[in-house]
Amino acid sequence: MLIELAHFSLILALVVAIVQVVLPAWGAQKSHIGLMSVAGPAALAQLALVGFSFGVLTWAFVVSDFSLALVYKNSHTAKPLIYKISGVWGNHEGSMLLWLLILVLFGAIAAVRGGGLPPRLLARVLSVQAAISVAFYLFILLTSNPFDRSAVPPLNGLDLNPLLQDPGLAFHPPFLYLGYVGLSMSYSFAVAALIEGRIDAAWARWVRPWTLAAWVFLTVGIALGSWWAYYELGWGGFWFWDPVENASFMPWLIAAALLHSAIVVEKRESLKSWTILLAILAFGFSLLGTFIVRSGVLTSVHAFANDPERGIFILLILAFFLGGALTLYAARAGTMQAKGAFSMVSREGGLVLNNILLAVSAFVVFVGTIWPLFAEIAIGRTLSVGPPFFDAAFTPFMIAIAVFLPVGSMLAWKRGNAQRTVKKLGPIAAFAVAVALLTYAVQSGRSALGPIGMALGVWIILGAALDFWLRSGRGAMSARIGRLMRLPRADWGKAVAHAGLGITFLGVAGITAWNQEDIRVAALNTPYDVGAYTVTLKGVERVQGPNYVSTFGTLDIAKNGRQFVTLNPEKRFYPVAAMPTTEAAIRNGIWADIYAVLGDPQANGGYTVRLYVKPLANWIWGGAILMAFGGFLSLTDRRLRVAAGQRRPT
Amino acid sequence: MRTIILLITLFWGSLAIAVEPEEMLDDPVLEARARALSTVLRCPVCQNESIDESNATLAKDLRVILRERIAAGDTDDEAVDYLVFRFGEFILMSPNRQGVNVVLWWSGPFLLLIALVIGWRAIRPKQVPAQPLTQDEQDRLDELLNS
Repeated sequence: MLIELAHFSLILALVVAIVQVVLPAWGAQKSHIGLMSVAGPAALAQLALVGFSFGVLTWAFVVSDFSLALVYKNSHTAKPLIYKISGVWGNHEGSMLLWLLILVLFGAIAAVRGGGLPPRLLARVLSVQAAISVAFYLFILLTSNPFDRSAVPPLNGLDLNPLLQDPGLAFHPPFLYLGYVGLSMSYSFAVAALIEGRIDAAWARWVRPWTLAAWVFLTVGIALGSWWAYYELGWGGFWFWDPVENASFMPWLIAAALLHSAIVVEKRESLKSWTILLAILAFGFSLLGTFIVRSGVLTSVHAFANDPERGIFILLILAFFLGGALTLYAARAGTMQAKGAFSMVSREGGLVLNNILLAVSAFVVFVGTIWPLFAEIAIGRTLSVGPPFFDAAFTPFMIAIAVFLPVGSMLAWKRGNAQRTVKKLGPIAAFAVAVALLTYAVQSGRSALGPIGMALGVWIILGAALDFWLRSGRGAMSARIGRLMRLPRADWGKAVAHAGLGITFLGVAGITAWNQEDIRVAALNTPYDVGAYTVTLKGVERVQGPNYVSTFGTLDIAKNGRQFVTLNPEKRFYPVAAMPTTEAAIRNGIWADIYAVLGDPQANGGYTVRLYVKPLANWIWGGAILMAFGGFLSLTDRRLRVAAGQRRPT
Repeated sequence: MRTIILLITLFWGSLAIAVEPEEMLDDPVLEARARALSTVLRCPVCQNESIDESNATLAKDLRVILRERIAAGDTDDEAVDYLVFRFGEFILMSPNRQGVNVVLWWSGPFLLLIALVIGWRAIRPKQVPAQPLTQDEQDRLDELLNS
């Protein structure tokens, strides 16, 4: 009964959403305040209805209601509670419902907190937002209904894919969705501004928090996914240029560009139509990502859902929203007059370069991702585009961004002095080059990327620190520190986020330069050396887990003759899903991870053991979290909280 | 005993990950070359994995063939061509630069160039020729200057 109510509630929400599309837009056109004010309550009603649906579905997973086909296919009574809950979005139907829930949640937040927006703009934003949710209601109800019942409920379920039974992956999709869907707000603001035909500093100030929040969530979501791949897939890779990874990376790159260009709109009333275009593209890439993941049209390690019918539906949604917005853009973009002119060498100029590099690099990822599909359809060539392509075609853009970042971020607005900035940064540049040479001399890898990455990481971090320190002005140390403390949070955010990027560079460079690998058959109780460590396989036992059996290895690792750490790599077998998984054992360290994987038993009684030493591995995700934290700091800036409510006189 | 091990191996078969010790070549230089090549060759039956990371049986076979070719004295290109001839260009993780693939490889630099030109033209200070004053403006100016 409850299940049917939840299904009905979703249909009701669709009707409410249709009302929210039509009436406020009509009201905004006719300047009818009553019609416009329908949007707010409608957005809240949608949240209540979808929230109820989602709550019921979660409840069905928690109590293992196997009369629901979805629960039967993706759950099991023996599964730990956290994975029963995360199982709600560990499948296609449930994850689309989560997507929808986040969409209406953001709509409701905009309705509640948007009191300071001009009513006409708010009505249009909420109307566009509701149009997006209508599309997804239809998608769920017509192609992916999570509330399908079985006539005869089975006694137990088929269990969730064991790879997904993992804390990192439990929270990876919700964060990614918060990011994808957050960009829908930027999109709605962009379309509303195009309909209004005006965009000013105040508009940029309203859009920026949404974009920032979306970007922060995307950053965390991508970092979680990468971290999960690192420890779960069993050989310590952290990025695979898989189509589904690219699907989340493209909106991230565009959102990063949008964040920076919105600053120019806000501070200098320039780059307006470009910013609108980025806002449209960012959400377009989010939808494209959804299409790639949900259609399974590109082969991927993430192929959870292979359903062409669903793919076509999402493609139609994509075509409608992207095509519609771009048509509107073509008609209206000309009316966006830039106010502030600026010279090439200026903060604006630097941000334009940042935008060009980020947007073109996103485009390269896009071309590489869809190329196999294009080649097969257009010219009948079956080919692959894998990591070597992206390493070669994408990395140069990141290097260029890193080279220009400290310079651009220190130039003055409007007209900068290149000579003075370069002079300030000179010592840091010299130091970075020294780091590169040192790395080259002592690295164990052969790639030039190790030294280059090290130098760029140092360059960005110290550049961000210098930029921040120079903001304190002159005078006594205590006065300068006091002034730093009073700087706007946005300045803190900028320094932290840029330093985080530098730290990620160092992490990637560290792994590239000093990764060590040892693969061998290890006999029991026979020590062997890997780099500075002495490894001994002490034993292998069978252990029973809650819903799996484990082959549980014990490795003693000694360093300089002293016991350092004991690692327990496992191989698990999940009988219900009939699937084995490899659980690497990792000793996390600031300077290096020790990463151990247990392999097969061998004829001589030994076991295959893989041991990796991964220098600076944690810096990759540490840097990403720092970037997200920088974005969060910037989000709490007083300017965005207070000024968002006021329209600046123009 | 052998049967038990065989059964265990079958049972855990799909768990074997990537390069196994017994596959590896004794010569570390040749083995390093083989490892480098195997990271750029795709496992034909897997979802976007190289034969270096894949645990599929076919990937293992390819790793062994690759090492046989290298041990037999093939250059890197010859060894890769040997496999591409049999499994198609699909197994190249880095697509070749022939035919339409030129578009793939050059799209980045090409677009960057276009974007830089557009960006430069948009920012470049526009030379606005000074408009001569209209008669009204001239009169008003004279009036202000003379007053």
